[in-house]
Amino acid sequence: MTLESRCPTGPIETRWTRHKGALKLIGPINRKKYDVIVIGSGLAGASAAATLAEQGYKVKVFCFHDSPRRAHSVAAQGGINAAKNYQNDGDSVFRLFYDTVKGGDFRARESNVHRLAEVSANIIDQAVAQGVPFAREYGGTLANRTFGGVLVSRTFYARGQTGQQLLLGAYASLMRQVDLGKVTLFPYRDMLELVIEGGAARGIVCRDLLTGKLEVHTGHTVLMCTGGYSNVFYLSTNAMKSNVTATWRAHRQGAFFANPCYTQIHPTCIPEHGDWQSKLTLMSESLRNSGRVWVPKKAGDNRPPNQIPDDERDYYLERRYPTFGNMVPRDVASRNAKYVCDEGRGVGATGRAVYLDFRDAIRNEGRASVEGRYGNLFDMYANITGEDPYEVPMRIYPAPHYTMGGLWVDYNLMSNLPGLFVLGEANFSDHGSNRLGASALMQGLADGYFIAPYTVPDYLATAKPAPLSPDAPVCKEAVARVKQRIDGMMAIGGKRSPDSFHRDLGLLMLDKVGMSRTAEGLRETIERVRGMRKEFWEDLRIVGSAESANAELEKALRIADFMEFAELMARDALAREESCGGHFREEYQTEDGEALRVDATQQHVSAWEFTGTDSEPVLHKEPLEFEYVKPSTRSYK
Amino acid sequence: MGRTLSLTLEIWRQKGPNDAGKLERYPMENVPDEASFLEMLDILNERLVSEGKEPVTFEHDCREGICGSCGFMINGQAHGPKKGTTVCQLHMRTFESGQTLVLEPWRAKAFPVVKDLMVDRRSFDRIQAAGGYNSVNCGNAPDANAMPVGRDQALAAFDAATCIGCGACVASCKNASASLFTGAKIGHLAMLPQGEPERLRRAVRMVEQMDAEGFGACSNTLECEAACPKEISVRWIQLMNRDFLKGSMANDLTAGTTDSD
Repeated sequence: MTLESRCPTGPIETRWTRHKGALKLIGPINRKKYDVIVIGSGLAGASAAATLAEQGYKVKVFCFHDSPRRAHSVAAQGGINAAKNYQNDGDSVFRLFYDTVKGGDFRARESNVHRLAEVSANIIDQAVAQGVPFAREYGGTLANRTFGGVLVSRTFYARGQTGQQLLLGAYASLMRQVDLGKVTLFPYRDMLELVIEGGAARGIVCRDLLTGKLEVHTGHTVLMCTGGYSNVFYLSTNAMKSNVTATWRAHRQGAFFANPCYTQIHPTCIPEHGDWQSKLTLMSESLRNSGRVWVPKKAGDNRPPNQIPDDERDYYLERRYPTFGNMVPRDVASRNAKYVCDEGRGVGATGRAVYLDFRDAIRNEGRASVEGRYGNLFDMYANITGEDPYEVPMRIYPAPHYTMGGLWVDYNLMSNLPGLFVLGEANFSDHGSNRLGASALMQGLADGYFIAPYTVPDYLATAKPAPLSPDAPVCKEAVARVKQRIDGMMAIGGKRSPDSFHRDLGLLMLDKVGMSRTAEGLRETIERVRGMRKEFWEDLRIVGSAESANAELEKALRIADFMEFAELMARDALAREESCGGHFREEYQTEDGEALRVDATQQHVSAWEFTGTDSEPVLHKEPLEFEYVKPSTRSYK
Repeated sequence: MGRTLSLTLEIWRQKGPNDAGKLERYPMENVPDEASFLEMLDILNERLVSEGKEPVTFEHDCREGICGSCGFMINGQAHGPKKGTTVCQLHMRTFESGQTLVLEPWRAKAFPVVKDLMVDRRSFDRIQAAGGYNSVNCGNAPDANAMPVGRDQALAAFDAATCIGCGACVASCKNASASLFTGAKIGHLAMLPQGEPERLRRAVRMVEQMDAEGFGACSNTLECEAACPKEISVRWIQLMNRDFLKGSMANDLTAGTTDSD
């Protein structure tokens, strides 16, 4: 089969406008006849649900938290990009488009990225109208900061809480629709299965996390806004419950998974420090605006940082990349941190850390200025590590943070399964093989506020799906599948906790499918993951009952899906015979260790079709074309 | 590696909403002082699972102090002894070896216990749904710089908006009042010109919903401010009360007006 991206052609500046003009509409009086199911209540889910309800559709929102406001979008710190050019420093829609295509290492669709850049400005307008308290100048206008991989100031921010503030804005709009009776909330629900009728996505099976009851909900369309899969690495900056289950269940039902090997390892996180550790904490990339990254020149130099004189320090990013310096994109910063640590020049107890030093910023700008910009981040660091970053440099190390891969979608954000839309981090669409800082919030909200509200009605108007009864055979079968899985799990009666399996899987994935990958390591991973999966289904122990709140069962269901997904991730990394963005294959590098892209054979999206848990998936390729930003070697030197 | 601690935990165990519940004692040895409080509970839970016992249920997710999921009482203090900190960001180095720590769920009529240390806080969402928003449809918004907002005013709005909805204010209040939560929500939008058109109506509706949920009244003990992990000021309660009063009077004046033309 061929993948129909449905991307418009012609002049790129008018593609979205022309495409929108051709989309079908549903009249206001008929909209309430359509039920829209939204899974996930982060930026993408909350914004899509609120906006579709404003238009008049009947929306049901499902989330596993007690409240939609707790989705992991809340944790984004640094900011959100928009091509407003408020700073008059040469920004434009085209430049944001250009930076994003280049930042993604030429592995995203031009049409999608241009649309993202176009709608970015409206997102800021919408957020301000909702009451998002962005940082402002004394004159009352909005403030901006600079993020990695770009040369303009286009990032809007709300201290270190941009994600929480934007989510509270989207959540407020969502709760307004709850107030108006247009949205029904279903909190404490884990989506565990997708219902397909006549080839189209028509409903979900979810588990009530308080009672253990399985429920079916049907609708005319399903929007999956369920975030990314960084927790396949166990230790990541994602929230503990972030998972791949919704998208993986859809994949098993026929939705193609695109580019699963594209993961982002964020360069500025607090390093790991114990085997009981449950997660890694990210420090906003904005710190690299003022902090300087260095390690000792000499391997094994374990003097305290402040006793190492300047000429014995290697400011390796400034040395290797004089133009961008400490502000190189994330993939470049992370990989270089790994290299210097591999050379034995890493710092701290484990030797897996580099310094991020504010000494010069404090000297030049004054402590008050640094405190004003980063105060809360410094406090957070001090609280976690017990060290004062005003006095000694921070120690940082890369950590899994974001996943660019996700379910394959066309230009309308619809997967290859009709009626299944995928928004935000859960889809693969806009960031190519590397996401620029402050672009995740932008994409989640672009999808939810300004894209799905046009394309979902077009699907409803075109496909005219009929109502589906929750008692239909396909629904009962879907429930039976879930029940069988849960009963099977509860009955194993082995010895090991779900977490212990998750930890093992994470260590393997980080080692072999993390910042640096080889064909040999990936082949080994596929075998070892299969072995782990077998052991999981033989030796898992879940204490408690499936008919009540049971956090162990919730974890086990998620880990079971990660165990299947991990194999696909390794397969994708193996099939991608090049280095691009966050995907680095040791076989494909230049003489000085930079990523070597292979455009001749690899300029495509890899979309995988499920064929069975233990059988090989089928790879479909969607070719990528670049008319406006010609692929070049990314250089930040 | 740092030092390790020996602790005694007394944890509230309750099987479900209708179970009576009781405190159970768990000795803990070799707790790493670099671990967070929740990681210490992970270690306990791993041990309980290996013994075939039900692990302790507690809410958590981001473990970065921003999602507001976590929270329980440690020796009678919401989120424990450290100021401005959620329990997920509380580290074991805060404690001394030999201490006994009593862990209990938030206690409030409007937060029924679900299991162990987990409570149901959906009442907060219902307060938010009672007008805790600006009525602006997507697509309505003027240019973001069209309406200047002074820097100090924006910062004040931000200070109120940092509320993570964890419920520590309710748990620490002897009346189980949600005034700090509701005040912060009202205050955030009241500080901004975008929130002005609905300001008084919002205050009245949210306060009425807060009362309907069964939260108590505020008697100005200020425990809430002391317990708040985001250190939100009780001055927002004053603003809430003022706006509620003004709104109630305005309601009398506008009673009978309708939208019809």
